[in-house]
Amino acid sequence: MIKRIYAIFRARNLEFLRDRGTLTWNIVLPVALMLGLSFIFSGDRPEYTVGVLQQAAEIDESVHPFLRTRYIEFVAVHDKAAGFRKIERHQLDLLVSFEAPPEYWINPDSSKGYFAELALLQTDTDGRIVKSPIEGDAVRYVDWVLPGILAMNMMFSCLFGVGYVVVRYRKNGFLKRLRATPLRAIEFVIAQVASRLILILVITIFVYAGTAWFLDTRMDGSYLALLVVALLGCITLISLGLLVAARVTSEELAGGLLNLATWPMMMLSGVWYSLESANEWVRQVANVFPLTHILNAARSIMLDGSTLAEVLPELLILASMSVVFLSIAASVFRWRSG
Amino acid sequence: MPAALEARHLIKTYPKVLAVDDVSFAVEEGICFGLLGPNGAGKTTTVEIIEGVTPASAGEVYYFGKPVGSSFREEAGIQFQNTALQDHITVLETLQMFQALYDRRADLERIIDECSLRELLNRDNRKLSGGQRQRLLLAVALVNKPRLVFLDEPTTGLDPQARRNFWDLVNRIRRDGTTIVLTTHYMDEAQILCDEIAIMDAGKIITQGSPTELLHRQYSNAIMELPLSDISGDLSTIKHRVLDTQGLVEIATDDVNASLQALRAQVTGLNRLRIRQPNLEDLFLDLTGHSLRA
Repeated sequence: MIKRIYAIFRARNLEFLRDRGTLTWNIVLPVALMLGLSFIFSGDRPEYTVGVLQQAAEIDESVHPFLRTRYIEFVAVHDKAAGFRKIERHQLDLLVSFEAPPEYWINPDSSKGYFAELALLQTDTDGRIVKSPIEGDAVRYVDWVLPGILAMNMMFSCLFGVGYVVVRYRKNGFLKRLRATPLRAIEFVIAQVASRLILILVITIFVYAGTAWFLDTRMDGSYLALLVVALLGCITLISLGLLVAARVTSEELAGGLLNLATWPMMMLSGVWYSLESANEWVRQVANVFPLTHILNAARSIMLDGSTLAEVLPELLILASMSVVFLSIAASVFRWRSG
Repeated sequence: MPAALEARHLIKTYPKVLAVDDVSFAVEEGICFGLLGPNGAGKTTTVEIIEGVTPASAGEVYYFGKPVGSSFREEAGIQFQNTALQDHITVLETLQMFQALYDRRADLERIIDECSLRELLNRDNRKLSGGQRQRLLLAVALVNKPRLVFLDEPTTGLDPQARRNFWDLVNRIRRDGTTIVLTTHYMDEAQILCDEIAIMDAGKIITQGSPTELLHRQYSNAIMELPLSDISGDLSTIKHRVLDTQGLVEIATDDVNASLQALRAQVTGLNRLRIRQPNLEDLFLDLTGHSLRA
């Protein structure tokens, strides 16, 4: 079994590595995206964002006149520790609580925090609100978006790189030829996962190392933990690609299905922006996507310094998704078209 | 000794199409068995059912007396009619990859030489000519030292020289004792390579036997061919067949002298007359009324 898996794995690797156009595209695209985005978003976030410490999901403007200030986005914060961490990282400009006694928290190094504080104090006519400073370095947008870019590139490489190739193999009869050998479906599937996994991990590590060196991006956690997340995330996404391609015989249909899988993830998994202020249903839908859990875990490690144990729930979800996707893909796998 | 291969009452139905209609035959070990028929006759479907890549609607296949199982996959070599190989992979890597899928292994060096692939070992699969590609696909079918080889229309699209080279190759394999199942719509190919043939049409086997035996069984005569433009009189008294597409008149006769006498008065001349023995193509035409290459 191992011998057969290795034979298919090796042949697929050679095919990919010698296809210079595809290989170059897989490396150049994320680097170009990264550089472009870091240039475009080299400044701070364009708006003021103030966290309101409260249990309710909606902001009630009648609680305090400050909440009616224009050009400030108010977001509900339920967890004080999480709010403090965001102030520390400059992800919130200010954190306020209007429950007695009224209080606010600010990072003295944040320029936007300074102006948000002026606006708050202007509306605090009785002067009762208490100030508490919290210190910490800013998380730049480029630090925040880096896991998103890397994960998005992984997603496209895994889904299209595996899904499209399997459909092409099926359509041109190569799978039918393999079917006539002792090779089993699960062996073929494992070989495809292993081949793509190693190639994508190597490319992602290469792109991450280059970007981190070039842009001096933030990494508060362990590289090993991040590697585990990338590994498991890749397996999940490849499995999804195999599931999409398990029976499809047309490249056009495969393209449509793969787009159907990738676009919602790209838009709703928090690649480009945080989902914290999004509607509840959007956040619920986002939880269905593997990319959301990959990003949550990766950002938690890179920006908050979380350990593997702390991101275990996300890892368990990814592992479960992988098992389900792979099992279904292997059991419904179709060797031939027509 | 059980037959190397036996198909019993194979049926394959698709919506509104009966592709294989109760097909049964047996192939003895060590022979080259030809399954012939025009495009769409059901021969490829029949063979793919036997190979296990297409499920049958009904029927059974036996390999050396036992229902086909894992040993069949291990011991059979297959060359499909249309098989793509991986891009960016060389001839040698392709052979090594396929050989690694089997426990049985042939001497790869010998196969490379037999299939004349030595000069092509480092060539990308995409850069092979039609004949080179067919030789590689045959080599792929031999990497597991098969006891039984399926060749599905292996010379379709090849030029005459490449076809002849391929026939030499197949003959060498047969001499080694390997059983061969060949599907083709080339009658000359079947006549040269096959010890036994079955002719299929519309999903059924319509006749089966050795080429010589089938021709003797069907014909005791000769065939006279004359260009249509040489006919000046009335042929209604002579049993004949007009081949419009070839511009010929064919007359099957048991008495060439008598037929020549009768013909002499109805033609402008006999300079272009050709007398030949019936062949498999004639047999098929007589049995089905179809042209073999339709």
